[in-house]
Amino acid sequence: MTALLHVDNISKRFGGFVALDGINLEVQPGERLGLIGPNGSGKSTLVNCICGTLQNETGNVLFDGRTMDGLAAHQRTHQGLARSFQLPRPFHSMSLADNLRVPLLYTVHARPGQLRTPADVEARCGELLTMVGLASKAKQRPRDLTQVEMRKLELARAMAAEPKLLIADESMAGLSHSEIEDILSLLMELNGRGITIILIEHIMSAVMKFSQRLAVLVSGKKVADGKPEDVVRDPEVVRAYLGQ
Amino acid sequence: MSTIKFSIITAAVGLAVLVFAHWFGVDYVYFAGYTILQFIVLSTAWNILGGYCGYVNFGTAAFFALGAYSSVFWYNFFPLPIPVLIVLGAVGSGIVGFGMGYLTLRLRGAFFSIATLALAVVLQTLVVNWDFVGGSRGAYILHPENLEIGSVSVHYIEYLFTLMLVLTVVALVTARIIERSQLGYGFATIRDDELAAEACGVPTLRLKLIATTLSGAFMGMAGAPFPYYIGYLQPQSAFALDYAVNSIAMPMIGGTQSWIGPLIGAIVLGSAQQYATVTISSAVNLLIVGLMLVGFVIIAPNGLYGLVEEQWRRRRRKS
Repeated sequence: MTALLHVDNISKRFGGFVALDGINLEVQPGERLGLIGPNGSGKSTLVNCICGTLQNETGNVLFDGRTMDGLAAHQRTHQGLARSFQLPRPFHSMSLADNLRVPLLYTVHARPGQLRTPADVEARCGELLTMVGLASKAKQRPRDLTQVEMRKLELARAMAAEPKLLIADESMAGLSHSEIEDILSLLMELNGRGITIILIEHIMSAVMKFSQRLAVLVSGKKVADGKPEDVVRDPEVVRAYLGQ
Repeated sequence: MSTIKFSIITAAVGLAVLVFAHWFGVDYVYFAGYTILQFIVLSTAWNILGGYCGYVNFGTAAFFALGAYSSVFWYNFFPLPIPVLIVLGAVGSGIVGFGMGYLTLRLRGAFFSIATLALAVVLQTLVVNWDFVGGSRGAYILHPENLEIGSVSVHYIEYLFTLMLVLTVVALVTARIIERSQLGYGFATIRDDELAAEACGVPTLRLKLIATTLSGAFMGMAGAPFPYYIGYLQPQSAFALDYAVNSIAMPMIGGTQSWIGPLIGAIVLGSAQQYATVTISSAVNLLIVGLMLVGFVIIAPNGLYGLVEEQWRRRRRKS
């Protein structure tokens, strides 16, 4: 089976600081990958390089058999790469429905034969809001939402672009136990629909429950990659998290 | 309301204004009205970039003067009818808008604004040193007292007023179309969060270039008939600070998130300025702008339209 995402020897530095140092990563279609690492280990930088927010200096990203190098973030979204942000970044001046309408119009509508009429777009907005349980708040603004609802909106907006791969960047940070369960079951449901998911998270119980495979970044290097149970026992991972 | 219906209503209101001005029968109404209409076009144009996309342009005067000086250029070269000059002015300013956008849109916030201000200074220096369009001496534009169309004779200022009225209708209809289209959603995402916009598949750079081009083109259109209106154009008047300040203040006072904001702002502020010019002195203009801007920032930060919309939303939530 060919990998959906193939990250090949990516490096990124900020001035003298090496944020990513020769990262290799493969993700198979339909897989649930957990990506962990201490603060500042380069997880978000890796996401930014994969999604085109930042351009990597060496190496390349292959997605769905196509090279992504030099493509802007919006072009990668069109190809089927979606992400949610670590801190939710909703469009504040728009209603929740309009927040979802943006990726529908700019990404899905741009693909041939999809969402041809305004009624189609409207219906899809409704479906997505129902999926995350925000249908009753469709006309409200993001400022009226609670933290967990904001995370759900963030995921719904990423999902609206109908991605093949979803990268969820710390979508559970700061949430209560039951809220984490909420988001987890949402992600599981999405994966059930055939979407490949990379979960970046600090909450280990959630990561262990969710991931089929676990990759660990430490100081810009990948130190472990494999079955979650094995990876958390890996001496190098333990050292990175607990010190020696 | 559909776009066609809206266009018909706007055109009808425009026609009513024209009939009223004609019935009033005093040339001063045309002179004062022209200035207010010109500011409606300018602030609507500014709002396409400033209000919808959130990029504050301090260079309105540059685009306006570009339109005006393109008319002077063609007047010296080969006199053309004003509607043609308006189109030429739009093309020239649109191209400069595109170029400015391409060079500066990687800058954000205050840095973009500073760059636009610099553009105005550069263009002014260029014009001052360009003899063909009058240089620092300025240029005289002579027009007949009346425009003869077949057997009908129209007072020239009435003709200019009518042209500006048509431009106003076109600008308002365009702004409203943008606002309700996919383009409008894209613009709003740029204002709210560019990174998130890109992640949603919005080609932000392309949209910003569309905005700077459209905005510049409309400013150029507003400037093109100006030499004919004023008769004598000099760099200080074409590049006057008033244009930059007014075209920012008017949308701010009216509300930047809707086409109606710049319209309201231009009418309120423009009328107040005209009134002050006649009764007190024209030097009071900028003072009025300053005071009103301070007042509105405190009382209604989202402008008059924002204030009304907020009340309406609250009332609807209660019921």
